[in-house]
Amino acid sequence: MEHAEHPSYLQHHFADSQQQEETAKLGMWIFLLTEVLLFGGLFAFYAIYRAWHPEMFVEAHKVLDIPMGALNTFVLITSSLTMALSIRAMQVNNKKQTIWLLVATLLLAATFLVIKYFEYSHKFHLGQLPGKYYTYEGITAANPHIFFSIYFTMTGLHGLHVVIGMAVITWVLIRTIKNNFSSEYYTPIEMTGLYWHLVDLIWIFLFPLLYLIG
Amino acid sequence: MSSSASVNYLNEFKGIKSWLFTLDHKRIGVMYLFGVMISFLLGGVFAVVIRLELLNPGMDFITADTYNQMFTLHGAVMIFLFIIPAIPAALGNFVLPLMIGAKDVAFPRLNLASWYIYVIGAVFALYSIVAGAVDTGWTFYAPYSTTTSTSVISMTLGAFTLGFSSIFTGVNFIATVHKLRTPGMTWFKMPLMVWALYATAVIQILATPVLGITLVLLILERAFGIGIFDAAMGGDPVLFQHFFWFYSHPAVYIMVLPGMGIISELIATFSQKKIFGYKLIAYSSMAIALISFLVWGHHMFTSGQSELASVVFSFLTFFVGIPSGVKMFNWMATMYKGRIKLDSPMLWAMSFMFLFAIGGFTGIMLGAISIDIHMHDTYFVVAHFHYTMMGGTVIAFFGGLHYWWPKIWGRMYNETLAKISVFLVFIGFNMTFFTQFFLGSQGMPRRYYNYLDKFQPLHAFSSYGSWVLAAGFVLMAYYLIHSLYKGEKAPNNPWGALSLEWQTQSPPVHHNFEGEVVLDHDPYDYDTRMVIDDKLIKK
Amino acid sequence: MTENVHSHHHILPLSLYFTIAGILFVLTGITVGVSYYDFGSFNIVVALTIAVIKGSLVALYFMHLRYDNKLYGAILVLSLVFLSIFIGLTMIDTLYRGEIQPIEGSVINENAIIYEQNK
Repeated sequence: MEHAEHPSYLQHHFADSQQQEETAKLGMWIFLLTEVLLFGGLFAFYAIYRAWHPEMFVEAHKVLDIPMGALNTFVLITSSLTMALSIRAMQVNNKKQTIWLLVATLLLAATFLVIKYFEYSHKFHLGQLPGKYYTYEGITAANPHIFFSIYFTMTGLHGLHVVIGMAVITWVLIRTIKNNFSSEYYTPIEMTGLYWHLVDLIWIFLFPLLYLIG
Repeated sequence: MSSSASVNYLNEFKGIKSWLFTLDHKRIGVMYLFGVMISFLLGGVFAVVIRLELLNPGMDFITADTYNQMFTLHGAVMIFLFIIPAIPAALGNFVLPLMIGAKDVAFPRLNLASWYIYVIGAVFALYSIVAGAVDTGWTFYAPYSTTTSTSVISMTLGAFTLGFSSIFTGVNFIATVHKLRTPGMTWFKMPLMVWALYATAVIQILATPVLGITLVLLILERAFGIGIFDAAMGGDPVLFQHFFWFYSHPAVYIMVLPGMGIISELIATFSQKKIFGYKLIAYSSMAIALISFLVWGHHMFTSGQSELASVVFSFLTFFVGIPSGVKMFNWMATMYKGRIKLDSPMLWAMSFMFLFAIGGFTGIMLGAISIDIHMHDTYFVVAHFHYTMMGGTVIAFFGGLHYWWPKIWGRMYNETLAKISVFLVFIGFNMTFFTQFFLGSQGMPRRYYNYLDKFQPLHAFSSYGSWVLAAGFVLMAYYLIHSLYKGEKAPNNPWGALSLEWQTQSPPVHHNFEGEVVLDHDPYDYDTRMVIDDKLIKK
Repeated sequence: MTENVHSHHHILPLSLYFTIAGILFVLTGITVGVSYYDFGSFNIVVALTIAVIKGSLVALYFMHLRYDNKLYGAILVLSLVFLSIFIGLTMIDTLYRGEIQPIEGSVINENAIIYEQNK
């Protein structure tokens, strides 16, 4: 143990690569916990206002486009699958497959954003906007602008996470192409995967809460 | 030893770049130390200005608007730039890996990033001072914060950014404690300071993200009028208080828990006795971390929250007293029949016990709804939280700073001046703030620029106290800076402590320890071990 | 040493990933389908139950929680526990205002949107 081989990716303050990998993973999970609580603030908002104005939420959610939301759910789940498979490909040293799967993940993420863009622009057009910018007149219940404040902050923060995820995936993609990883060491892809699955996980809750039951 | 002692983390690499790009937790800790000390100076100046203005009723030398900005900046700078990072990020960064026998923290780059983010957050905060300082109080309560014309956005952006710095430190410490303990150091062989830092880190990662999202919502409310905190638009400003205190109440334990960790170290070391109830102190740190999340509503008894919520929060609040009391009794039991050495760090520790006891008891009083309804937003509350924050955390921080100073710099300070300094701070602090308990109980509201003539004598006394306090800190600054240049060379283990950081040289080498770390005793085995001339020997 | 690293990485069969993705697709279909039926207050229960199942599948298999150190799962659960504390204690306030003492207040702004819409 004292004189174990010292691979280039092993940082000096770790005893071996297993300790390094476990530490990275622990750090990543703690980071994911902070993400859950960051979004948690918005889920709390949702819960409180929905309890106050249930009729308004039911009425307002009907203007959201279920087919678009459902399509995006399929897109995001598929991207989660390609992400998971890209890690598996690296575990069996299939670098080429990892690259293609990461590219697929990126494309799916972009598709998600494009669909989101169409949804957003439609709502901008109709004046279904947050707070004081709300001008839509098709909802009779009181305070519908609050629903759209919540809708835009939740999906907006989620969209921001998708964009950040794409940046990180691009970074690990470049590093994969540069031959930085192998079945021995692929921690950055694995960490990116965990992050990306969390983005998917949050959408799995956002979709029914906003689109299906309001 | 003499040949290798000349090379250490301070002089192995030279030049400003070797500091700005360092990944060494010790250097990052020292850079944090500079940051928090400058902030403490800045926040302290604001405090003295506030006290000077309050010397007489009416205007003394600043306008009411300037006064509002002064107390806001005093609070925001002291909380976000000084107290929160002071013990974990500055002292903790330095001692945590040393105490567990690690070469560094788990994520050194994240650690450096955390310092840079701290600096960026500080720049935002400073910018808000230049660009029409905020006058909301450090709590940024809606609806005032969403309507005032002062620079709320840059200050909240600053606090938001500083939150990330705090989260990074928390992530780092938890991973470090879990994964980088030296072989043989089980959870219950860790020094209590490490337990305290661990509990602190748990709060940092759980609470800070909620502050982040709250401040984002506040900024959105201000910039785009999303209406969620605006009663006129069907929103609810009280929700801001819930969101804010869900972070900020646990945050007061981010401040005080690591201070309690320091006190555990100091009491055991300077009593030269096995700490009483090690496991209970360790568990009580975790209990405080947990309970701190259940009590935030006691800041809101008069906010219009439901009576049911007030009763529940009041009930839960009393539970926090239990783990704090456990610690207090264990420290006293440790001192009982110990071989107490009254070096200056121990004097800070004993000041802490006295002042924090008062802060804690008045906290229990304020946790009772019937009392709080009357005392809310009076000087009684101001006095209470200064006894916990300053009498607790700040005093503990300086105790820790004096304790580890020889390890950080390899130099000793002037002990006589240090004793005078702790004496001045203790007297000045009590003059300033004990007075405010009387002011508050007689109805003097906090944050007021003007007051009735009958309060003048007490206000004046409090202001005189602030000068004594300031004199104590100025003296401290003098002898600490002096010690950097002229201080006597410090031995490796000046206090005869048993934890690992004292078994390496002062200052430590770049990788903390020469060779393998040998751990053959618990951190508080004073019954079987003693230190003579830097040598650890069995009795 | 190298042996150690290998045994540490758990390689799951490809079929498992596809099965999980398949179940996720089916569940998405179901949750969309049932949303067109009105179960009253049970709507949220149905939708959240399906979401919890989907989320658990992602966490257990895609995120490997089922095969990894239990500590990571505990961290995720911890985040959810504290989120529930946050939401729960806040709602003890928001749901029970004015239940013991009546709220005595008056309109701050006659022309506020909230009142316009109630007219």
